[in-house]
Amino acid sequence: MPEKIGVYVCHCGTNIARTVDCKSVAEYASHLPNVAVARDYQYMCSDPGQEMIKKDIHELGLNRVVVASCSPLMHESTFRRAVSSAGVNPFLFQMANIREQCSWITENRELATNRAKAIIAGAVTRVSFNEPLEIKKVPVNPDVLIVGGGITGIEAGLQIADSGRKVWLVEKEPSIGGYMARFDKTFPTLDCAACILTPKMVSVGQHENIELLTYSDVIDFSGYVGNFTAKIRKRPRYVDEEKCNGCGQCEQKCPLSVPSEFDCNLGKRKAIYRPFPQAVPGTPVIDREHCLYFTKGACRVCEKFCPRGAIDFEQKERIVEVPVGTAIIATGFDVFDASRVKEYGYGRLPNVITSLEFERLTHASGPTAGKILLRNGKPPETVAIIHCVGSRDHNYNEYCSRVCCMYSLKTAHLVHEKTDAKVYEFYIDMRAFGKGYEEFYKRLLEEDVTFVRGRVAEVSEVAQNPSEKGKLVVVAEDTLLGIVRRIPVDMVILSLGLEPRKDALEVAHTFSISRSRDGFFLEKHPKLAPVSTAADGIFVAGTCQGPKDIPDSVAQGGAAAANVLSLIDRKEVELEPSIAIIDENVCSGCKICLGLCPYHAITFDEEKSVAVLTAALCKGCGVCVAACPSGAIEQQNFTNSQLLAEVEAVSA
Amino acid sequence: METTTKFSYYPGCSVEGMNKAYDKSARVVCEALGVDLVELNDWNCCGASAYMSIRELRAHLLSARNLALAEKEKKDLVVVCPACLTTLTKTNHYIAENPRLKKTITTALKAANLQYYGSVKVRHLLEVVVNDVGENEIKSRIKNSLQDLKVAPYYGCQLTRPFGEVDDPEFPTMLDKLLGWIGAKPVSYPLKAKCCGGMLMMTKEDVGLELTKNLLACAMENGAECIATICPLCHMNLEAYQDNVNKHFGTDFHIPILYFTQLIGLAFGFSRKSLGIDDELTPSKALLEKHLEVVR
Repeated sequence: MPEKIGVYVCHCGTNIARTVDCKSVAEYASHLPNVAVARDYQYMCSDPGQEMIKKDIHELGLNRVVVASCSPLMHESTFRRAVSSAGVNPFLFQMANIREQCSWITENRELATNRAKAIIAGAVTRVSFNEPLEIKKVPVNPDVLIVGGGITGIEAGLQIADSGRKVWLVEKEPSIGGYMARFDKTFPTLDCAACILTPKMVSVGQHENIELLTYSDVIDFSGYVGNFTAKIRKRPRYVDEEKCNGCGQCEQKCPLSVPSEFDCNLGKRKAIYRPFPQAVPGTPVIDREHCLYFTKGACRVCEKFCPRGAIDFEQKERIVEVPVGTAIIATGFDVFDASRVKEYGYGRLPNVITSLEFERLTHASGPTAGKILLRNGKPPETVAIIHCVGSRDHNYNEYCSRVCCMYSLKTAHLVHEKTDAKVYEFYIDMRAFGKGYEEFYKRLLEEDVTFVRGRVAEVSEVAQNPSEKGKLVVVAEDTLLGIVRRIPVDMVILSLGLEPRKDALEVAHTFSISRSRDGFFLEKHPKLAPVSTAADGIFVAGTCQGPKDIPDSVAQGGAAAANVLSLIDRKEVELEPSIAIIDENVCSGCKICLGLCPYHAITFDEEKSVAVLTAALCKGCGVCVAACPSGAIEQQNFTNSQLLAEVEAVSA
Repeated sequence: METTTKFSYYPGCSVEGMNKAYDKSARVVCEALGVDLVELNDWNCCGASAYMSIRELRAHLLSARNLALAEKEKKDLVVVCPACLTTLTKTNHYIAENPRLKKTITTALKAANLQYYGSVKVRHLLEVVVNDVGENEIKSRIKNSLQDLKVAPYYGCQLTRPFGEVDDPEFPTMLDKLLGWIGAKPVSYPLKAKCCGGMLMMTKEDVGLELTKNLLACAMENGAECIATICPLCHMNLEAYQDNVNKHFGTDFHIPILYFTQLIGLAFGFSRKSLGIDDELTPSKALLEKHLEVVR
């Protein structure tokens, strides 16, 4: 069939037309070989624009189409759909980018117009070499994996489970709940974190559609969208979850107390423990590192007192393989390590504490039963709160951690509520951007907190006058007064920033997702696809994608759940057709491509001594194509003949 | 070290005048350690810290000329003055990060038949002694251990700031370690990397005196019997201004200030004279006699 190509030049309002003479470009295109029609139009992506293409296909019998407009990332799928609905294979469509790569990069109309002509000539020549491709569909496994049982993972899990789908929720710690379980009150409403979180935790524990795997981690994740397999390692609790009824006898009788991680090591727990009373599941774990039986070979007191015979010292690690169709990564954050900022003295000066330690101090079930106390057991008379520790700082993290301003205000409020202390807040800028946040700031201003606008230079124990003796002196330049202030206080609370988790790189590798420059997981699009990733079927939500407060984390958990459910309800997914093809007659069996494929899509056939591609896994990135020294691999829709034809025409 | 390690040595102007004892003791100790300091031929002022704030480009040019001379020698450039360290390192950084400045400097150096490619590593002697020579080598040379002499290690500001390439910028520990190796007891005190007052002693004396007073007081309160310095200017402020501090604040400080090189020299058994210790304003003889087996 002779080629009949339609060329459509878009003005993109004035985005293209301002520097490109679209009319003359269309006129030029109409004389290119095999072009049956060439038109220009204000907005090709609009309904009338698309209709124009469809009409021409029907009336003029076009069998290939070129649209010269924006980047293919923007509208390639729009136009592919349009030509496809008019009966032309969507891969016989070619997009020419005359906006980002042409009109936007110069003010010179003549140059831009000539460049647009060259780009279109390339696309017209290339489209003749394009081949029709078939889009394959595969069914979607409706089961979902969620990694991380903080508030984000909990929200996503409940949403999905409530719709009747099965959820595998994997949590590293002995209990779900994440950081939120450690907080006392939440800003700006000051409602108790446990009161709003624990009902959700209980729902997760009891939900018939949620398979909860705590004290576990995902060690391998393979497959492709709709058809993944997760390999989960379940560490031994040494307590049988089926038999245990959570009575707590074992914890009471255990003779060994060790510092509690949950309480930031400020309080104690037993060697057999639940991190906190409302833990879900309520089954305790034995801490093998400290347990007297495991370290010294004798004790077994817990076993003796357990009324259900649930203690099992012989329990072994278990590996569970779970087939799922989609996954949500909600692994959360780490708090910044305050001891890195030497000038604030954390770790050296005993009454310099972190905001997380403060949360435990002020928590009713924390180590001081909710009392805010200095290390000597007395309440503080003056307290300084330092913002932006580890955030907005070139030495550590450039980004704003988004939650510190607000939780610092909450901290100030709680100190006022529970002590008679005078409170100073040292801030750089006050960021109160959320609903009800500015109002909360105003409330604290009225609660008589002294706000000092200035980044703290140091916390010093060196007294320069009698009023500073025995105090922690907070030194800062007050940028509103233009003077250096030295304020002696009893307690300093460092408002820690949020960081990517230490194992973020590992997790990124396991799930083949990327990280942004700050180390958090990278979303597909910062605005329009905030919970999707470059890996189809894998979503990110909550603070593992970047610092977030609880409302935003919950919103993202819900968003990820909606994305997952939408995928499941489609029942099948389309696979990328523009994949690599290995010509086994040419393949020399050098195996270079095996190590390079980021999606583990290439295996080796030892018998034939050639590389073999699993089409469903290939994402069409082209790495193997470029690397193959024998030229045995070609990528569909990016074949040598297509690319060479385009290059030749562009440079003609 | 088995073999001698050669370095280009940039003394800087201060050790040619006020702080001769620093240069003297550095050379003696380095010779004993097999650290061969070859003085850079025809070196000029580093463009010191103050000039950089007034005539930045010219200061970089002064600095770059030294670097160009050092590059010909193909060795690391060792300095004893942290201000020289900062200035030379700053020029290195600026040249690497700012192509326009690099071009200007290249053109200017050409007029003097010089060129600089940016390959010279500038290092402070303290860091060379701690990292290149190391604990075993130093301990093996001790003849006259400092016997628990309580020394406040004083870093000043410019060894680790702004670049922080060799130690923690706010709480360095390198000198603490070294003092331990030679038998002294390093005193832990919070001001060890705080400003001594620097040039302010000339321009705003009351501010400078206050900073120096704070340092002296803090070191004493934490039990120091003397202070070890690594910077000629710090040394001068702490030592030569003790009388002024006492007059100004009604204090009574008589605390010996010694270069870290002098303390190493003493531990290695060199005489006080050969280390320039006789030149000091706050006498250390009595203190040293109390702690050292032999004081020559």
